[in-house]
Amino acid sequence: MTDIADSPPSFAANCPVPLTDHPTVQMAHGGGGRMSQRLIADVFASAFDNPWLREMHDGAVLEFGGERLAFTTDGHVVKPLFFPGGDIGALAVHGTVNDLAVCGALPIALSTSFILEEGYSLEELRRVVASMSKAASSIPVPIVTGDTKVVDRGKGDGVFISTAAVGRVHPKAQISPRHAKPGDVVLLSGEIAAHGIAVLSARENLGLEGVIASDSASILDLIWPLFDRFESNLHVFRDPTRGGVAAVLNEIAMAAQVGIEIDEVAIPVSEPVRGACELLGLDPLYVANEGKCVAIVDATCADAVLEYWRSRPLGKMASRLGVVTESHPGVVTMRSTIGATRVVDLLSGEQLPRIC
Amino acid sequence: MKFVDEYRDPTRARSIAEALKQKVTRPWTLMEICGGQTHSILKYGVDQLLPELVTLVHGPGCPVCVTPISLIDQAIEIAKLSSVIMTSFGDMLRVPGSREDLLRAKSAGADVRMVYSPLDAVALAQRHPDRQVVFFAVGFETTAPPNAMSVVRAHQLNLKNFTILTSHVLVPPAIRALLSAPDNVVQGFLAAGHVCTIMGTQEYEPLASEYRIPIVVTGFEPVDILQGIYLAITALEEGRAGVENQYARSVTREGNRPAQAVIARVFQICDRAWRGIGTIPQSGLELRAEFSDFDAARRFGVEHLVAEESPLCHAGDVLRGVLRPPDCPAFGINCTPENPLGAPMVSSEGACAAYIRYGRLKRAATP
Repeated sequence: MTDIADSPPSFAANCPVPLTDHPTVQMAHGGGGRMSQRLIADVFASAFDNPWLREMHDGAVLEFGGERLAFTTDGHVVKPLFFPGGDIGALAVHGTVNDLAVCGALPIALSTSFILEEGYSLEELRRVVASMSKAASSIPVPIVTGDTKVVDRGKGDGVFISTAAVGRVHPKAQISPRHAKPGDVVLLSGEIAAHGIAVLSARENLGLEGVIASDSASILDLIWPLFDRFESNLHVFRDPTRGGVAAVLNEIAMAAQVGIEIDEVAIPVSEPVRGACELLGLDPLYVANEGKCVAIVDATCADAVLEYWRSRPLGKMASRLGVVTESHPGVVTMRSTIGATRVVDLLSGEQLPRIC
Repeated sequence: MKFVDEYRDPTRARSIAEALKQKVTRPWTLMEICGGQTHSILKYGVDQLLPELVTLVHGPGCPVCVTPISLIDQAIEIAKLSSVIMTSFGDMLRVPGSREDLLRAKSAGADVRMVYSPLDAVALAQRHPDRQVVFFAVGFETTAPPNAMSVVRAHQLNLKNFTILTSHVLVPPAIRALLSAPDNVVQGFLAAGHVCTIMGTQEYEPLASEYRIPIVVTGFEPVDILQGIYLAITALEEGRAGVENQYARSVTREGNRPAQAVIARVFQICDRAWRGIGTIPQSGLELRAEFSDFDAARRFGVEHLVAEESPLCHAGDVLRGVLRPPDCPAFGINCTPENPLGAPMVSSEGACAAYIRYGRLKRAATP
């Protein structure tokens, strides 16, 4: 495996090193692919290094007074601010709650910080805030503290929202990306890529037939109730946002040093989203989701988890995606529709629509 | 999904692969012209179903790969002008010029925007009469009609702030150049279904008879490609030359006449430099004199900019099918998708990028 020369550096303690070939921030640094990983490893992880960060999970689990608390934070920038199926306000709540959920935690409280652009419509801001409030009360979780800053006109896209949250980890939860082990089963909670395509379609006015709605939702209900029944047989949960399911599977394979093999025909994608992806030359496996869950569970409970998911409104299209293997550690492979095998690599940055 | 699922059907794929195994008796080398086909082959693992006697080499049909480095430098130079909005299809933005790519120019302050159609760039010019909107118009015969339409539209609207920076290329002269090269190994071609949807199959007939080779116009799904290979190998085994059409659901012998007409109205044939390959006579399209007001290179006076390729980059040999991407000394070492030396490592249709993205396990498994 030595010639996987371009695999990302490990999260080792180090002084911050310059990004060799990009002296400035590029949009691809935010794409959830290899360049995002390098930015995090080279600039942030090396400077802040500690055991919690080294877990490389969506949130940190802290021991506090005999209890385990999960802590997470998430920044939200999206254009347009309102899109079919959601808006930046609901997204800011769901994104952070989902980061806690995949740590095995139930949210206790949320904080929020707004960066507002001079000239931004107060009426629209009220709509964003009302949507946040509605999303938070349906969890339910209180938004208990916040902050507001205003920047000059032209320095922001209306509103940027950062949220953070603390939650109580289920006493029986033992979740970590490193817990994936050979023989485990990979599950996916529903049809992928709707969020990315919904936002792209709204932003670029693509005029696709029919409306593709974002899947923006809390996935708490798909995770929290499982711990009482399956306890430590639940090994990893992840929320496949930017970079999509492919990025999450690669991160798990690398963190646990296991191989992952998935089946292309088992990937649930709705027909309209598939059509849009075919048209634009995008692979749905790399497109963002905001209400989906990837689970790696012990083979003994895979059917029961899948059955539970399919009984829930968000999990009707849940699927058994593949298995964790001993072979090719750190690499995700896929059996294609015609039965051949290929690697599902991490992209460099974002997918760019092709010419023809 | 109609026209997709039936062409990704594993039973059909396997039965064609089986028939191919029965048919082939000696080694043959085929080239798929189009980068979209290269990606399908590696994405679905079509190559894994082929008998050992059949070798596929990957052709130059990746629009961004063959766009000359000088033209990318020119695009960046124009994009840096404060009056300019540079527009382009997505995968052109990351292709390296001699020093940087358009995305880096954007991060340094240039106004570079991704569009999904050249007509979107025309609309942008209408909305921004105070800015100069430039569309980076590259590609094969497939993108020539919409790019020509953008010029026609801007002409109708009498827009003075819309231009295209163009470097169109044509497939048949490239096939001729490949076949004429002394180191040519290709014995049959899979021609690009999308290009032929526009141009038809007629123009391939003289090539097939002159060089005594089979040319099979082929689609992009795995079953299409397997059928195309089967037809080409059958012809080779039976000693037949000629043009066959696997992609009949989209391609006719005549092609799309209105699309050809708009190309002919706006563009004329010219000699064209292909990145990594060199100049091929009569292999490109340039704006006709009556549309020269829409020529960005002229308007912004960047025609003099010429640049040299990195000596480490062997993209030319890859694009001619002489070098397989994993055999390139720079592959995965000096040249990665994050820091590409040449365009084939960048585009979603580039052969090197396809090997990096879909082929890592195979390389990793080889000692």
